[in-house]
Amino acid sequence: MTVYDPAVLDPAAAAAKATAEILESTLRGTARGVVVDSPPGAGKSTLVVRAALELAAAGRPLMVVAQTNAQVDDLVLRLAEKEPDLEVGRLHSSDSDPYDRALDALEQVRKSAKAGDLAGLPVVVSTAAKWAHVKNVEPWAHAIVDEAYQMRSDALLAVAGLFERALFVGDPGQLDPFSVVGADQWAGLSYDPSASAVSTLLAHNPELPQHRLPVSWRLPASAAPLVSDAFYPYTPFRSGTGPGDRRLAFGVPSDGSAPDRVLDEAAESGWGLLELPARHTPRTDPEAVHAVALVVRRLLDRGGAAVSERSDAPVPLTADRIAVGTAHRDQAAAVRAALAALGVPGVTVDTANRLQGREYDVTVVLHPLSGRPDATAFHLETGRLCVLASRHRHACVVVCRAGVTDLLDEHPSTEPVQLGVTVKFPDGWEANHAVLSHLAEHRVRWTP
Amino acid sequence: MSLIAHLARMEAVAAGRAQPLATVRHRRLAERPLVLVPLTTAGEAGAPLGALVGTDPEEPRLLVVPQPRDRELRFAFLAELAEEVLPYVDGFADAVEPVERKDSATGEKVRVELCLDAPQLIVPSRAGIEYVRLLGRSTRFRRTAEQDPDTPYPAPPRVPLLGRWLTHYGERARVPGSSLLLAATDLLNRHWATGQSSLEDQHLGALLAWIDPADGERGDRAAHRAELARDERGQLLCPPAGPATDPAFDNQLLAPAIEAYDRARQAVGAAEDGETADAALAGLHRAEREVRRLVVSQLKPTWDATWRALGLLRALPEGARVEDRWTRDRWSFTAHRDRIAAGEPPQPRRDDAVTAAAKLAAREQAQGQLDAQEALDDPLVLAGRRLSGEAFAAEVVEVVRAWTESKRPAPRPLLTVRTEDRPHLDPGAKVYRSLDGKPQSAEFVGREEDGSLVLRLLDRMGRSKEPAEGTVPEKGERIAWTLFEHDARVGPRLPDPEETPWTHGGPPRHADTAELPDAVTPEDLL
Repeated sequence: MTVYDPAVLDPAAAAAKATAEILESTLRGTARGVVVDSPPGAGKSTLVVRAALELAAAGRPLMVVAQTNAQVDDLVLRLAEKEPDLEVGRLHSSDSDPYDRALDALEQVRKSAKAGDLAGLPVVVSTAAKWAHVKNVEPWAHAIVDEAYQMRSDALLAVAGLFERALFVGDPGQLDPFSVVGADQWAGLSYDPSASAVSTLLAHNPELPQHRLPVSWRLPASAAPLVSDAFYPYTPFRSGTGPGDRRLAFGVPSDGSAPDRVLDEAAESGWGLLELPARHTPRTDPEAVHAVALVVRRLLDRGGAAVSERSDAPVPLTADRIAVGTAHRDQAAAVRAALAALGVPGVTVDTANRLQGREYDVTVVLHPLSGRPDATAFHLETGRLCVLASRHRHACVVVCRAGVTDLLDEHPSTEPVQLGVTVKFPDGWEANHAVLSHLAEHRVRWTP
Repeated sequence: MSLIAHLARMEAVAAGRAQPLATVRHRRLAERPLVLVPLTTAGEAGAPLGALVGTDPEEPRLLVVPQPRDRELRFAFLAELAEEVLPYVDGFADAVEPVERKDSATGEKVRVELCLDAPQLIVPSRAGIEYVRLLGRSTRFRRTAEQDPDTPYPAPPRVPLLGRWLTHYGERARVPGSSLLLAATDLLNRHWATGQSSLEDQHLGALLAWIDPADGERGDRAAHRAELARDERGQLLCPPAGPATDPAFDNQLLAPAIEAYDRARQAVGAAEDGETADAALAGLHRAEREVRRLVVSQLKPTWDATWRALGLLRALPEGARVEDRWTRDRWSFTAHRDRIAAGEPPQPRRDDAVTAAAKLAAREQAQGQLDAQEALDDPLVLAGRRLSGEAFAAEVVEVVRAWTESKRPAPRPLLTVRTEDRPHLDPGAKVYRSLDGKPQSAEFVGREEDGSLVLRLLDRMGRSKEPAEGTVPEKGERIAWTLFEHDARVGPRLPDPEETPWTHGGPPRHADTAELPDAVTPEDLL
């Protein structure tokens, strides 16, 4: 197991050491499985691509299991970019338009809806759902399972017969998989089908080597300590960049309005909390939605420019580098409508579930508990807040009604304790408090 | 809870009366269901106190355990329950129809039997379903004297079989949309919204007070009275639907009566001559009658309320696709009948990895199907989905003929539709409508400047170049489109349990050795 070693001061060296150990266990270890925990933006995709290339180079037939088609296409493109000579199979569904058309331009990528057509290729990539339908084939020597913490145990059950050994990579802090029907009757069983693939794997194979990527390259120095403390208290990580390496500046000065002031605060400190007056509202709180849209609008109007380790000159902050995150789909739809009304195109607006694995310069988040009269398990889920608070490279602005701390105090977690289920730390209640108390230092009150 | 359900609840508060959530009945109500109202003993898990059971509202059979901690009496209760339940269940086993079905292992068509109808069990509340499950769990592994002559406390002959059926029904009740075992409160809550919290909705008496209040009375007052009103002796006027009883009843009435029964039994044991024995026996009967009187006083109101709930639900016409789901219930019943006939062992205590995953997949599929079918059967349910952006009703304003660009062009007509709804549509999203009961899909192409939507029809237009008659909507037609699919996709085939992979602990051990009941501990004995 990799441990956090403050003695290794250089983040790049720490990350390289961890990667080398992971590749060593994967390529030369004896265990059937290797588990890698990766905090947000720690180079998980890079690791997957590198491990895939090295396994292919070692002549081990490799299957890669990702969770969504977008992830699969992204992986295939990365593999092709790194190693244009490597033949890659893209196994896809028989729906219409089953894969990214960009793959058609790549000669070395063979695409098929039948696993048999792709037999013998060094690497075959597909989604867990598609792999589950593959039957009666020679098992692969090795597999890489990406986003393994978002994969459900029953999905792993359906594909595990296809490979001899596997590397499981994922982020334990993000959203847990869920089921639309109750699965309490299996809670506590080591193979609870609704649990994550990794928890089942480790319950049955506790001796498997577990590694950790220690450096987040995405999160700025202002965000990594908070995200690490609030969501990964026992497995801390740090940012790859130091304070001052990333800067955000605006060409147009503040007009003194609340959105402008919260943007200045966020540009300065990496965090901003725009607090609306306390009120119980429907999910699509019109005032909060409008405030979110206004912040985005001002962010673009004020000609933001981002300085980072990626380039020497400031890079203009464009709409495609901004995302709005919400808890519910109807909230996302309401924000989209509000942005359209303000004439702002091109900004990604999505729920936490869909923002997983994505990266932006600035994010604007509608707090999951804003305006709610109660705090349900859904809204308290640690992973939801973690995803929303860890998508940004520069700054994150949270829009929220006042009174959420009181709401939390009135609603301690009441989920029944299930025998045999490992209690997850931190719980959402605690993580929410940790984030809110940090945000309170960057608060700007809404003044209409 | 959906926005429309919130709205219905607020309207219920304003009106003082429950508001409909559905225009049709979304569950099957059998012609002759078996209603079971169980009561349990406080502080003793799985110790039944009594039950009313039967298919005739006028003639329930009363079962009472005068001393619930007595194992013999408990077994007698279960034996009597089996006498009621099993003949009812068996009554459906023999009427069958031959059906052709694909064998899942070989893929070949085989002729099998499907029971024409299935027995239906109704309990008053959701806790009652849990209790059915508990009774099943506590009895299905019991050994009868015939199975095992050495067993220290042999169960009456049919009790383990009862446990297997109750377990099957309890498990089936977890499948969304199934109707084999239903709770009256769940049924009412599916079809009406009250002005109280969902926790209060678990109270059958309060629920009926909202849905069907006495003349001129507001539902909230009636519900309040049903929940709290007590007589001069401090007893609830409307006893809880169980299986738990009211503590005031337990302490003030039941406990003294059971103590009197215990004393009477001791007196019978201590009687030394014929005369005292006769007197003691008469005392015992009196004591037992008293316990029975008390138990029935708690059971009868719930029994009547359950039948009243069924009456209210019968007034709603059945949804068109309920029959389809009931057929699945019939399959489930037939399959369990066959397992018992084949002499298979009782359901294991815990599912293995493959069974658990298969059940979860089947239930998720059933949930998807139920959500879609309810919306298609019921305009009010569809309205809720429209309000949440998952469906829209639209009028066709233009139809443009178009074809695919392949060698054999297939029709892909473009429809321009106008709607006041606000569906959450991304370009390329699929939408579905019901065409002769089957889904026809279309692709969302984009929005016109005036806000109307352009859809491209994708399938079910026949094989020729010209679309088949009636498969393309005409101008002016009003159609409901859904963003969700109408049939849930079938999940992948899972490995056989013997091939459970290493990630899930490998094949289950002792797969073929029958499970035994828990060993008897001193706590089991009085």
